[in-house]
Formats: sequence, C-alpha cells, structure tokens
Amino acid sequence: MKNCEYQQIDPRALSVSPLSAQNPAEKKVQRPRRKWEAFPGKNRFFCDGRLILARQNGVLPLTLGLIVVTSGLFFAFDCPFLVEHLTVCIPVIGGVLFLFVVASLLRTSFTDPGILPRATADEAADIERQIDTSGSSTYRPPPRTKEILINQQVVKLKYCFTCKMFRPPRTSHCSLCDNCVERFDHHCPWVGNCVGKRNYRYFYSFIISLSFLTSFIFACVITHITLRSQAKKGIVQAVQSSLCTVVELVICFFSIWSILGLSGFHTYLVASNLTTNEDIKGSWSGKRGAEESGNPYTYSNIITNCCATLCGPMPPSLIDRRGFLPPDEAIPAAAASEMELPPFTPKSDANMV
Amino acid sequence: MAETHSLQDLQQPAVSSKVFVQRDYSSGTICKFQTKFPSELESRMDKQQFEETMQSLNNLYAEAEKLGGKSYLEGCLACLTAYTIFLCMETHYEKVLKKIAKYIKDQNEKIYAPRGLLLTDPIERGLRVVEITIFEDRNIGSGR
Repeated sequence: MKNCEYQQIDPRALSVSPLSAQNPAEKKVQRPRRKWEAFPGKNRFFCDGRLILARQNGVLPLTLGLIVVTSGLFFAFDCPFLVEHLTVCIPVIGGVLFLFVVASLLRTSFTDPGILPRATADEAADIERQIDTSGSSTYRPPPRTKEILINQQVVKLKYCFTCKMFRPPRTSHCSLCDNCVERFDHHCPWVGNCVGKRNYRYFYSFIISLSFLTSFIFACVITHITLRSQAKKGIVQAVQSSLCTVVELVICFFSIWSILGLSGFHTYLVASNLTTNEDIKGSWSGKRGAEESGNPYTYSNIITNCCATLCGPMPPSLIDRRGFLPPDEAIPAAAASEMELPPFTPKSDANMV
Repeated sequence: MAETHSLQDLQQPAVSSKVFVQRDYSSGTICKFQTKFPSELESRMDKQQFEETMQSLNNLYAEAEKLGGKSYLEGCLACLTAYTIFLCMETHYEKVLKKIAKYIKDQNEKIYAPRGLLLTDPIERGLRVVEITIFEDRNIGSGR
C-alpha cells in the first residue's frame, strides 16, 4: 500500500479542498477537471473541449474576414445587377458555395488534426529500457531511429524527444503546436491549425470550394463590369459607378492564382497518396534513385488513392479532450497543495501500516 | 486505525510491472498490433490464448478501417451534408471502437483477470500500444 498516503482527515480540509480519492461525493465538490485543461501541447480549446485550435492562429480571422467581406460585397453590389440582367441562379450558387467554404474552413480549423497523445511515463520508461545502450544518463543521447519494413520497403521511424515515443510512419512533430500529428501535412497559418489525418479532407474541400467560389465571383464581376460598360458605353464610367466591384476584382485576381495553384498541388498529392511534408522532403522520389513509386503507402491507383484519402473512414480523436482526469492524477496535486496549508500537517508516517 | 480506506484501494493489489505490445507497421499505417508473445507473460498464460486475443483485436481494427462501399458512402454523405451529419450519427469507426471496448472487457473478465493480468484498451493510450498490467501475486506479498 505504498502508493496510498494515509493522512489524518482534517475537517477543515474537507471544506477547503477535499481529498478526492476518499469519497465520490467530495469529487463533485472539487469540480472534476477535463483532460483538455491539462493538455501539454500549445493548443486552445473552446466549448469545454469540443473545439480545438492552435495557439498561434493569427491569420484565421483574416481568412474569414476576406471571404466574408468579398462575398458580402458580391451579394450586395453584383447580385442585384446580375439577377436583373441574367438569372436568379447566380446568388443561389454563390450562396451555396459561400456556405460550403465557411463550413469547411471552420471544420478544418476546429477539428483535431490527428494529434497523438504523449507517451505515459511507463511507456517512455519501457522504450528507454529497450534502446538503452551504454551511454550515461547525464546527457541527451544522439537521435534515435528505428528501421521497419512497410510493404517490403525500409522506413525509418524517428524518436520524438518531446512526446517520448517512436513516431509512427507519416507522423511528424509540429513545433508550432508542440504535438505529434498523424499523417502530418503542414501547419496552415491561414486556417490556424495543423492539417493532418483527421482534417485533411476538410482542408481539401475548403480549398477546392474556395477555388470555385473565387472563380465564380471573378467571372461574375467581369460579367458585371462588361455589361455595365456596354450600357454606359465606357469602361471608366462603369468602374466609377461600381467601385466595390473593383475591390472584389482585385481581391479575386490576386487570390485566384495562389488558390488554384494550391488546389492543383493538393489534387496531385491526393492522387498519389502523399503529404506535403513528404513531398517537400522528397522522401519517396528522387533521393532514393529508384522509380517515383517508392511510396509504400500508395495503392497504385489514382481512384483508390483519392477515395482512401478523402472518403475513408473517419478516425476518432485520440486525445479524448472531454474525458475527465482520473483522480490518481489529481491526488499528487491535491496532496502537494495540502502540504502547503499551514493549519494542516499530514501525519502519513505515523498512520502507515 | 482511524483512517478510512476506499474499497478500491483495498482490493487492488500492487502493480508489479507493465508490458507494452507495440504497433505492427508492416502493412502500412493501419492499426495493427504485434502478435508476438511477450516473454514476461510466459509464466502467466499460454501463447495461443494471447495470440488469439491480439489477432481478434487486429481483425476488429481492420474492420473499423476497411475501405469499402460502406465507408465511401458514409464519406460522401458526410461531404454532401457539409459534415453536419456527424452531429447526429455515430461514425462506423466509433461503432467498432465500442465493440472493441466490449471485447476487451470480456477478455479481461474471462481470461486475464483470473491470471492477475489486465488489458488496457489501446484507445486510452492513443492506439500506440496495448498495455498489459501484471499484478503481483497477493499470496506472496507480506508486510509493507
């Protein structure tokens, strides 16, 4: 019974901060903490752990703002003119696209990208034991790697010093969020979160729908200006009468290149079952010297790759944000704080059997 | 003795050690655990029983991650409803995870607990390891 600290129960302590192991009723008095409150990574949580975001999310409001403002100007200034001259479908299509874009964006930003919880102390000790060689314990040992065979191809697994475990294949540690993320693609500042296994499909649908939305608004704006200049017999007068349209034109023009480029790039990645991280590092091509299909994860069929990446089963969140912290973890904190209370002196040794 | 004990503490024998069964990545990133019998369990249970448990677990995880018509349908439906459907429906993976939890509880009650072992559901360890806790033999333990 070495782990249990038998302390004389002080009636004062019961009202101050009750020892949570003793009585389930007292646990409720102490408001059980959820796991997200003790999460070690650099993340922010909302709605009591339901939503997760990276701590550095400075550009997300800008992304949302740009989309909302551009679409707002479109609906306010271009739609009335185009509905009159063309068809009522235009705002309908625009509305659907806009809603889809915002939904995908919010989904990407607030979904757990596939964060791997850090290894427990026992696990870490077990791994250390297994790879312990002759080194002394006073300095940090050299980076550890483990080689495994995946589909008859050698893959190196790296040891993560922060999370104290060997990273599974395709997992990478994001330094901005301080988490290991499965199937790590990249950390997107526009979205304010990492893009990984669990939110890649939302990210992809976001950029695709955003490409459509941007192209659609761009086309409508061009049509609007063209029609107006025909009516007013001069492009300058047309532009002068609809300055907001010009603002939209400029925003769309500059964003369309990057977004279309990004969509094309990610379509290529999806078709070949690669991540941005692997592509940038050139893990499977070029360096190996062999054929490009050195990727052990590809299904060698574009359709299967696409389906697997985008329509595959949705893995669960591994970090269990809303679970409650077990009382075992609460006890050391409670016991430590108990020690500090002047009126209460624990007499653990005297009562130990 | 004036102190109170919680019943849980009295019934729980001290933990002796933990064995970790790692993931097997030979088929890619799918969730699969090694079926190799750990040497620490040799005195406690037989190899076949253990391998059967691990194989069933692996099969259940394979079922959860299977790419097929059903999962594609779920994915497409989710996309069309802008992923709002998951607010009211449980994903296929979650359903299988519940099955796995039940299976592990079952195995613990029937096979592992009588031998002083405890399987921890891998989902509680981030699907990294299957943790097997070996409790020390209560008969042997003397004064503390």
